Amino acid sequence: MIAETGLLLLWLAAALAVLQALAGFAGLSRRGEYVAISPAARPLAVLQGLLCLAAFGCLIALFLRTDLSVLLVADNSHSAKPWLFKFAGAWGNHEGSMLLWLTILGLGSIGVALFERQLAPRIVSATLGAQAVLALGFYAFLLFASNPFARLSPAPPEGAGLNPLLQDPGLAFHPPTLYLGYVGLSVAFSFAVGAMLAGDANRAFARAMRPSVLIAWVFLTLGITAGSYWAYYELGWGGWWFWDPVENASLMPWLAATALLHSVSVTANRDGLRAWTIMLALVAFSMSMIGTFIVRSGLLTSVHSFAVDPTRGVFILVLLALYIGGALALFGARIGKVASGATFAPVSREGALVMNNLLLSVILAIVLIGTFYPIAAEALGYRLSVGPPYFNRAAGPIALGLVALLFVGPLLRWRRDRLARLPVIAWMMLAIAGVGAIALVVLVPRSAILPALGLALGGGLAIASLLPLTRRSLRRTPATTWAMVIAHFGVAVALIGMASNAAFTEERLIALRAGETTTVGPWQVELTAIDPVVGPNWTAIEGGLVARYDGGAPTTLHPQLRAFTTPPTETSEAALLTRWKGQLYAVLGQPTSEGRWQLRLWWKPFVTLIWLGGILIALGGALSLVARIGLLRRARHYVRQVMP
Amino acid sequence: MMRRVLLVALVFAAPLAAQDAVPPAEYAYRQLPDARAEAEAHALMTTLRCLVCQGQSIADSDAALAGDMRSLVRQRIAAGETPDQVRAWLVDRYGDWVSYDPPLTPATWPLWAAPIALLGLGGWLAARKLRRKRSGTGDGE
Amino acid sequence: MKRVLLWTPFALAALLLGLMLARLDAPHDETIASQWVDKPMPAFNLPPATDGIPGLAAADLATGEPHLVNIFASWCVPCRVEAPMLETLRARGVRVVGIAIRDTPKDVASFLSEYGNPYARIGSDVDSNVQIAIGSSGVPESFLVDGKGIVREQIQGVILESDVDRIVAKMKAMR
Repeated sequence: MIAETGLLLLWLAAALAVLQALAGFAGLSRRGEYVAISPAARPLAVLQGLLCLAAFGCLIALFLRTDLSVLLVADNSHSAKPWLFKFAGAWGNHEGSMLLWLTILGLGSIGVALFERQLAPRIVSATLGAQAVLALGFYAFLLFASNPFARLSPAPPEGAGLNPLLQDPGLAFHPPTLYLGYVGLSVAFSFAVGAMLAGDANRAFARAMRPSVLIAWVFLTLGITAGSYWAYYELGWGGWWFWDPVENASLMPWLAATALLHSVSVTANRDGLRAWTIMLALVAFSMSMIGTFIVRSGLLTSVHSFAVDPTRGVFILVLLALYIGGALALFGARIGKVASGATFAPVSREGALVMNNLLLSVILAIVLIGTFYPIAAEALGYRLSVGPPYFNRAAGPIALGLVALLFVGPLLRWRRDRLARLPVIAWMMLAIAGVGAIALVVLVPRSAILPALGLALGGGLAIASLLPLTRRSLRRTPATTWAMVIAHFGVAVALIGMASNAAFTEERLIALRAGETTTVGPWQVELTAIDPVVGPNWTAIEGGLVARYDGGAPTTLHPQLRAFTTPPTETSEAALLTRWKGQLYAVLGQPTSEGRWQLRLWWKPFVTLIWLGGILIALGGALSLVARIGLLRRARHYVRQVMP
Repeated sequence: MMRRVLLVALVFAAPLAAQDAVPPAEYAYRQLPDARAEAEAHALMTTLRCLVCQGQSIADSDAALAGDMRSLVRQRIAAGETPDQVRAWLVDRYGDWVSYDPPLTPATWPLWAAPIALLGLGGWLAARKLRRKRSGTGDGE
Repeated sequence: MKRVLLWTPFALAALLLGLMLARLDAPHDETIASQWVDKPMPAFNLPPATDGIPGLAAADLATGEPHLVNIFASWCVPCRVEAPMLETLRARGVRVVGIAIRDTPKDVASFLSEYGNPYARIGSDVDSNVQIAIGSSGVPESFLVDGKGIVREQIQGVILESDVDRIVAKMKAMR
């Protein structure tokens, strides 16, 4: 019954989306009048979102009950799984994740319908119409090509289980976090489409778009940070970023959203860069859709994580072509109608933000080209791999240029400024960072250039990023300035972590017998025991390690080699020992012939700063969001005057 | 990220069905005694692609063939070969696919030229816009 | 000029999506082909993989007669499926030699007793050195080597019944 209810709810939601699209676009009638049906777009959007949410609730209920008469549950779940993984299993598969995507899209529509009261009604209803068209495509996809509620008859006695590597709290939160990011960008996309259809993009439009961009950006930042940490401890080789296509797929929307976040502030504050902001909003969501498609379709790597048959792949691709192509064609045809915004001098806050956007866009293009180049080459009969050496060399220097820009950019005034006016300390920090980098390369043996530059620039920026706070008393500093400073400080922290990890990591690969000791960096590590352990749905061999920092007090670590039964799989669970100076990372490998066990140990100084920085960046975004929503309320008066 | 995890899962799943009984190659999980040579070998290994679990470098893979390739790389470095020679030796056998570091050839120059070309193009467009704006003849962004 | 600029994003997106469609339409080949075809077998000398069957050296492949060098392992499940085809090839006059990857003499012996022994020689490649040296990326794989010891073809995966006639003909032609 639950499955049938879920399917019915989906059909109803899709029908409402049709009405929502009609109502939304009706507001754009040729006479430009606000047609009577248009106000219905808001309640329709709310109802559509709620129905979709309810359908998703049905799917979760099916997974929690392990209803094996439903094909999706039988294929992806198992009655012996812990409840959290049954719950998360609802979206740990193709159909479920598409429904989650739609649900969040629906929530985005609800947000616009309920909370956007400042923007011209024409733009709001066109936005809701665009949002409904987006949703409709995915409803069609779910209902016609991947019904999550399909029954299986007869029901099997037991489910096939969920991949053990995905049986991790990380799975429960990673995809929803990224989807919140992607879908937040869909709202920005719809706003951009709405503005182009209405032929109007001004400061009120940018202010209306900004909260959704901020929400998306905060969640993308958190999603990437968490995903990176997850890969770091789960894969067991100490790496935290691999420039893998799937990672790139999540990085590209983030880069576009970061650029958009900065350009939208120019439009919102100074009414400049209107067309560019619209362009970035289109690009950011296009990147989200392409990214999701890459992950879902197995287009870029060989093993399919969520088996997608070609029909489905073509279906999604046609949707992408319609949405992305349609929006960009609209841009080509209509952007001329959007009046040009305000102007500014090259040396100004706007100028610095243009520079920021230029560098971020180039990095985005590099990631995009590097990710797709092998496919293009293969189509021409040449097979190559593009990996870390390319991305680090091509994007690394530009990213460091962006960091250097951060020393002075936030200190510039809007509209027009002089570099000579900037505080000496900002230039000093930049000079010190440059000299420091050279010194590091020269003095530290075998040091690579990028990590040295990263350490120096990160250290300098940690101070320079605080300078915007010095311009007035701290209590009178606006919350948005605090938000910016926290986020930029987070960049410095993350950069120091990355550079330190790259420059100072110590590795020890060794086979030990119980009772033997080895060293890695400042640590002495003794293998004390090898014991079997039993978990809820796995068995494991567990190593007992006693680690001492520089002969100090002992701490124990327990890396495991786990064997799951459904499906039969072996994973290694790394053990991490976190100190403020860094992390000791231990992995238990296979036994060797002489009764020894392979151990992989790493000492990674300050590696945790990478993710701490990511969290700080997201925190800055969250603070900005809170402050903006407050500002919006205060700006209501002003906007009412502009838009009768 | 999830894909990568799954790749690893599949690679692990395969040997369970068919486990070889031979211990890993000598230098698959052992470092070279000379720290300099080991650093060179490690840097090289992170840029060589695993043939079995195709989304990873041989430095991050538990696949047996990746272990054998690590051992081979370490032995060749220890025998005095330069990283570039070892890379070329493998490229001779598996093609450019095996190296994550694309060579600079007519087939890859667009890839390597892209960063500079894009920076130049973007800078030129932005500068043109700014100049036009200041002279007050701007007709859009 | 301005119009061109405004439509550039559309053109680039069309290019990208077209590329994705082409890729989706033609699922790509995931196997990595050896670049060592038409090159001489590298020098190697592998010890016997099990008692009673001689090992394999590069010199054994440059005797004037073409050989099928089969890369296999006792722990490899598809190799069991392939065994009867190799036997058919041997019966039809193809000289089949083997390279056993990461294997032990005991396992090889029991594999041969269970699935038959088409091999005149089997070299034991415990750390895949020879496999890597000829650009092979998995098991089973077969290399057709001519009488001068030059690799003429790589066959990745299991040899199927439908391949047998072609292989026999090619081996005869290489003589």
